[in-house]
Amino acid sequence: MTEYSNSADIKEALTKKYPAKVARKRAKAIVVNDVGPEDKVPEIQANVRTVPGIITMRGCAYAGCKGVVLGPTRDVLQITHGPIGCGFYSWLTRRNQTKPYTANDPNYMPYGMSTDMQDENIIFGGEKKLKKAIEEAVRIFHPKAIGVFSTCPVGLIGDDVHAVCREMEEKFPDVNIFGFSCEGYKGVSQSAGHHIANNKIFTDVVGQGTMQKEGKFRMNLLGEYNIGGDAFELNRIFEACGITVHSTFSGNSTYEEFKSAQNVDLNTVMCHRSINYLADMMEKKWGIPWFKVNFIGAESTAKSLRKIAAYFGDKELIARTEEVIETEMAEVRKTLADVKKRTEGKTAMLFVGGSRAHHYQDLFRELGIKSIAAGYEFAHRDDYEGRKVIPSIKVDADTRNIEELTIENDPVNYRPRKTEAELKELTEKAGIRFNDYEGMMPEMEQGTLAIDDLNHHELEVLIEKCHPDIICAGIKEKYVVQKQGIPMKQMHSYDYQGPYAGFKGAINFYHEIDRMIHTKVWKMIKSPWSEKPQLTAHYGNE
Amino acid sequence: MLLRHTPEKLEEREALTIQPAKTCQPVGAMYAALGIHGCLPHSHGSQGCCAYHRSALTRHYREPVMAATSSFTEGASVFGGQANLLEAIQNIFTLYNPDVLSIHTTCLSETIGDDLPQIIAKAYDEGKVPDGKFILKTNTPSYVGSHVTGFSNMVKSIVDSFGKKGPKGKHINIIPGYVEPSDMAEVKHIAKSMGLDAVVFPDTDGVLNGPQTGHFEMYPRGGTTIDNLKRIGTARATIALGPLASGPAAKALDTSCGVPCELLNLPIGLSATDDFVSALRKLGGVVSDEIEYERGQLLDMLTDMQQYFHNRKVALIGDPDQLVSLTQFLTDIGFTVRHVITGTSGKKFIKRVTDAAGTEDMNVREGSDFFYLHQLILNEKVDLIIGNSYAKYMSRDLDIPHVRMGFPIYDRVGHQYFPTAGYRGAMRLVEKLLSALMDYQDKTVPEEKFDLVM
Repeated sequence: MTEYSNSADIKEALTKKYPAKVARKRAKAIVVNDVGPEDKVPEIQANVRTVPGIITMRGCAYAGCKGVVLGPTRDVLQITHGPIGCGFYSWLTRRNQTKPYTANDPNYMPYGMSTDMQDENIIFGGEKKLKKAIEEAVRIFHPKAIGVFSTCPVGLIGDDVHAVCREMEEKFPDVNIFGFSCEGYKGVSQSAGHHIANNKIFTDVVGQGTMQKEGKFRMNLLGEYNIGGDAFELNRIFEACGITVHSTFSGNSTYEEFKSAQNVDLNTVMCHRSINYLADMMEKKWGIPWFKVNFIGAESTAKSLRKIAAYFGDKELIARTEEVIETEMAEVRKTLADVKKRTEGKTAMLFVGGSRAHHYQDLFRELGIKSIAAGYEFAHRDDYEGRKVIPSIKVDADTRNIEELTIENDPVNYRPRKTEAELKELTEKAGIRFNDYEGMMPEMEQGTLAIDDLNHHELEVLIEKCHPDIICAGIKEKYVVQKQGIPMKQMHSYDYQGPYAGFKGAINFYHEIDRMIHTKVWKMIKSPWSEKPQLTAHYGNE
Repeated sequence: MLLRHTPEKLEEREALTIQPAKTCQPVGAMYAALGIHGCLPHSHGSQGCCAYHRSALTRHYREPVMAATSSFTEGASVFGGQANLLEAIQNIFTLYNPDVLSIHTTCLSETIGDDLPQIIAKAYDEGKVPDGKFILKTNTPSYVGSHVTGFSNMVKSIVDSFGKKGPKGKHINIIPGYVEPSDMAEVKHIAKSMGLDAVVFPDTDGVLNGPQTGHFEMYPRGGTTIDNLKRIGTARATIALGPLASGPAAKALDTSCGVPCELLNLPIGLSATDDFVSALRKLGGVVSDEIEYERGQLLDMLTDMQQYFHNRKVALIGDPDQLVSLTQFLTDIGFTVRHVITGTSGKKFIKRVTDAAGTEDMNVREGSDFFYLHQLILNEKVDLIIGNSYAKYMSRDLDIPHVRMGFPIYDRVGHQYFPTAGYRGAMRLVEKLLSALMDYQDKTVPEEKFDLVM
């Protein structure tokens, strides 16, 4: 018998062992889902400080800025300013695939670069070394753009990274050099780093170029990082439909595409958490509408494609999109007909990221697998409850420390792509919710659990109480879960597989989940002799 | 080409590290701490440090790597991390109940100057540390040294905490160096086979190479026990393998408890293992038939296959202690070691390597990186590259076979379970070298030269 029907009891079990203060705090981050009218869900505590010592899944602002948002960009040369570790750990570890257009196009991603600060740089300041490092990078690589990423000590010793970048830009006028104050202690998680990355890319890069790509229907795909080749698969689909992706932020992307990203008529947002700031700012400055899409799950992919086609409103585009969906779905249905027989009725838990814990529930739903508990590592309340709650989110000191840019309409280039009336009609007829994200919880079943910033202790309790058939999280959790005989799918690196986005990605995922749950190796863990009587006696002696 | 921008022309760099061949101290400290049974490492800094270190170690070992963090925010960075650490200590003992909590610093907490002894004393005063529990502390500023330094500092902290003077016993200490769990197991095997009661510390065997049992154990059965750690101060002698990783701890134990120490190279390869075995003999160990047999098997393999190594040029990149022993072994069996690069700084390294090679006609660099090695190879091609997973990029571009050795190895398995230390480890190493060279030959020779028997 499954115990997950009793979510309130599980919630109690999750917090029982905590010291009182911790229990009070964690209780607010553990919510039994209850979807009311107009998608109203209970309030969840999110984007607040992690409890020290609790063994969190979270990382830091640097990881969010350099690792997540800017890392996948192949021709912005990236220098980590700090001691060697941060630059080392963020070097090629996130599987952001990239494919330069030609064999001669720049690609700096395989080069991890760092100023490798030493104690004398901490004592006397690291600006001189950073300048020298930039000079050396320009001399060797001749890049068009350089991003400098600050690590913890940089902020503490007061290195003015931005002044250094300005100075070096004067020295090398052909190179756009910009710095990110993404010290690891900023904010409460990777999320702060996303915001810092968005701000700088917006102020220093986007809008500076004039490149225009061919095509009638031009858009950007924001918040897609091409892990495991997701963006490749999406580009294949867009091309088939006749949609031009001008730039992807930031999987498989180039600096030129970033610079001219304002030359589109639509921004679509995949990972809301990491990139919504940029979408919002571009809307305000240039009048480019944005809406949320999800290409994880075949049905979700079809739905998102239909929205995009409806937005552009072109009959041929709509017809071609339907054709693509029809062709692709035939293959998807064929696979599902086979796989679902084995996966139907299984249960999953997802604790990852700022959007994946939501998106991947669609894939599990297609497999007939119920997501009984889910949560994010670094999301905010709006990612759980929907953007409608943003006005009611209390801004605490940790968030206030992250700059919020005030954006005005561009005096020359502000051009609303649609009239208010057109937008309204699209919302009513095509169900497109502009500048909005409905959040994870309204789409989860009643009585399931939403848990923010899950920690090791809670993961253990959840496994013990719920015995899910599969768990999705990150590398740190991978083997903790698998040692218990439960398959664990890494949702950052896809366990070195993928793509999982789009139609072919969905098919890959169906096969992969089928394999993970049903592989014979799980059944071999128990040895033939472990159930023989005399061994039982041995166990009793322990 | 993956590394399409690497120019052939070598230019010195003063400030920019490209493709680093080292990482920061705390990850080495975390690894060493995991070699104590029942120990939970704790990273005093931003939570990103702990996340990165756990991720790196997990990818390398494919095992659970448990560690906690003080989760600094901007406030803690300004006002100090005392409140965070005190709260962490209380939560850790309440929730995770380790026997030992091993706290290491980060560049953040070092830069702001958090006083670990004072904070830990306060934790005791406030009753946050249950009776019978141990707290270790280590300073591991990321802006000094490398992951090897961090390992070394952590091991020295073990000595500082557990090394107590007393009447000498019959046992000896062995500090195995910054090597894999499988290597630590091999070191234990050799000492045991020679009839010695040896306390091996740290010991990640059984922690980071554990079995699949269907159960997760927060504190796996491996690791040096506290009972054994309490004996290190009364040992007859210490053998420190790898001067950089193990030397400071061994010397500290000599100073504090009068345990004489001998510093040896890591027992990787024949002659370094011979040295290790000879040192154990001096301490009363008897070379068993088993050890003799293993050595014989290795020699048999070497005499059978030496032709494939003769005059083959090899480039090495990794950590100093490993590279010295490797250079020695490869030279012994007929390779020509051409380039040797470590990211860890330290001038002694150059001489240690050239001494091992018996020549100064080679390129040796400390405090250098993969980029520099790539440039060296562009200028003088080699037949084989030995290094961690990051070497695969140049291996592919340059079409040079690559044997994975060092940290991190993110794309292959085996290092957890099968050693490169000891005679049996050397046999595995020889097998890997041969496979790499022979696979390459099979893939590239003209059809008429393709041989069934090799």
